[in-house]
Amino acid sequence: MDMDDRLIDFLLAGYNYWMAVVLMMIGFYITLSCSNLVKKIIGLNVFQTSMFLLYISISNVTGGSVPILTGEADSVYSNPLPHVLILTAIVVGVANTALGLALAVRIHEAYGSIEEDEILTHEANMNAETSS
Amino acid sequence: MIAILPAAWLFHLPILQVVFPLLAAPICVLLRRRSWAYGFTILVTGIGVVFSLVLLKRTFNGSATSYALGGFPPPWGIEYRIDAANAIILLLVSASGFLALLQSHSSINDEIPAQRQNLFYAAFLLCLTGLLGVAATADAFNAFVFLEISSLATYSLVAMGRVPRALLAAYRYLVLGTIGASLFVVGVGMLYMATGTLNMADLAARLPPAEHRVIIEAGFALIFIGLGLKAAIFPLHFWLPNAYAFAPSLVTIFLAATATKVALYLLARFMYMIFPEAIGPDASIVGALMLLLAVLAIFLASAAAFWQVDVKRMLAYSSVAQVGYMLLALSLGTTAGIAAAWLLLLTHALAKGGLFMAVACVTLNTRSSNLNDWRGLAKQMPFSAIAITVCLFSLIGVPLTAGFIAKWNLLVAVFNMPVDWSWLLAALVAVSSLLTLLYAGRILEILFLGRSTENSSMSEAPFTMLAVALVVAVMNIYFGVDSVVLRDIASSAAWAIMHGL
Repeated sequence: MDMDDRLIDFLLAGYNYWMAVVLMMIGFYITLSCSNLVKKIIGLNVFQTSMFLLYISISNVTGGSVPILTGEADSVYSNPLPHVLILTAIVVGVANTALGLALAVRIHEAYGSIEEDEILTHEANMNAETSS
Repeated sequence: MIAILPAAWLFHLPILQVVFPLLAAPICVLLRRRSWAYGFTILVTGIGVVFSLVLLKRTFNGSATSYALGGFPPPWGIEYRIDAANAIILLLVSASGFLALLQSHSSINDEIPAQRQNLFYAAFLLCLTGLLGVAATADAFNAFVFLEISSLATYSLVAMGRVPRALLAAYRYLVLGTIGASLFVVGVGMLYMATGTLNMADLAARLPPAEHRVIIEAGFALIFIGLGLKAAIFPLHFWLPNAYAFAPSLVTIFLAATATKVALYLLARFMYMIFPEAIGPDASIVGALMLLLAVLAIFLASAAAFWQVDVKRMLAYSSVAQVGYMLLALSLGTTAGIAAAWLLLLTHALAKGGLFMAVACVTLNTRSSNLNDWRGLAKQMPFSAIAITVCLFSLIGVPLTAGFIAKWNLLVAVFNMPVDWSWLLAALVAVSSLLTLLYAGRILEILFLGRSTENSSMSEAPFTMLAVALVVAVMNIYFGVDSVVLRDIASSAAWAIMHGL
């Protein structure tokens, strides 16, 4: 009985952790498997989003209200600190995406493509030209 | 020296050290003329060095300065805590920035387009801010924020290299660095879930008892992976060779001297704050794994360095191997090990920084860092060759150089480990120095004994470049002969890491 309860608890009650893991692995797989530079950045975004959702989901307090002081005594508030942390992390993520996309634009200007295999072929050709 | 700073500045010194370059960066963007931008950046980094010296003087005897940001007391507010361990790291970062900038005026004018130089210096100041912030902070999430500030600035600095491959190197570094930083944040999140606080000292005090430790172990594993990526610990080092090889010379000098060291400092803090009983070869699987990764890093990276034809890539793989030495020292679990790690940090920054400075002197005129183009250059560029030789000796660990002091302390710390096979590990460390000798010997042989094929004579680099490179080379010898100050700093730092929080 106790084992069944713990198993159900592990599988169902912690569904926010499962969601974070699934999203993180989807994002990671996109980053690893796609050879298009922009798609890699999209994968990074999904990866970071899973991290945001993990933090925010743990800040929820059962029966808690929005963390604003209303003058009532003994109110239960949800934890506002992870929200603040995630605002910072979102800004960092936006800067990362912007920088990654800017680099993709510059790479396209230099190599004429944003597919990684085409770029590496082009680079090998450029090396062969300069060394011959 | 403390008297030259106003009293109000002294009180705010921990945050002032970090924020000063941050405030200077947008001003640098406005200074369109490149000589103004350069002079301003030199001024700002020089003042930063003064701040670091004052902080080091304050904490040298073991006391710690705690500063509450915004006046909010810790653990509710963010705390900046300077003790003997990170004061020296702050000095290392500021001094590396200052010396690298002094040395690189000619190479920057050669490699970066004139209208972009103010932006380049602004990005450099932001990178400096990030690294100083990581070293100064005592709040886990604040460390992530500054780590990302420094990483983003580093990506753009690396992308400003001369060849198009620098863009690819920066892009790969961006992808890997972001994954590492995100894993670090998830690890910090797990620690926060278990303890409810982000302040490092409070976190150490509030760790749950042994039966609920799984979340702490998972958090620590993620933090190790995340910081391992930034510190280029063996299987996570793939961004480093290309980033060092294709970045502008100033960026390579600065990164080689500081970036991985700061990440290793943060890793040491987390290791000994959360998990001191798990560090050590016989303490747990994690401890043994760290030791194994370190040994693999040393041998495999040194072997990879030997086969390179590009000097900068060879030295980059050498850096990966040296990070392996530092991780080995950190994972011994003893105070002597941490002291050896700090010595390795400082002397490697001296040796590698000096090496990349001398390489910049050579590549300014030869335009190539391919070893085949460097044959017999010692006759035409004697001073650069002397700087390269002295710094390579320090890297190998020849006696009378700073590198020897660090390697010796590492050998003693490894040998004194309370396990049966400590002699085997010490023998491995000694043998690995031979591998370093192999690739260093390749460079020296080609420089001194190679037959130069071209008739045109290469002139030496400008005076400033050579002077600073030679000064750093002489510092290697000075600290090798008179190492008392270094060893005192290292043992204070080790005590602060072990018992500080």
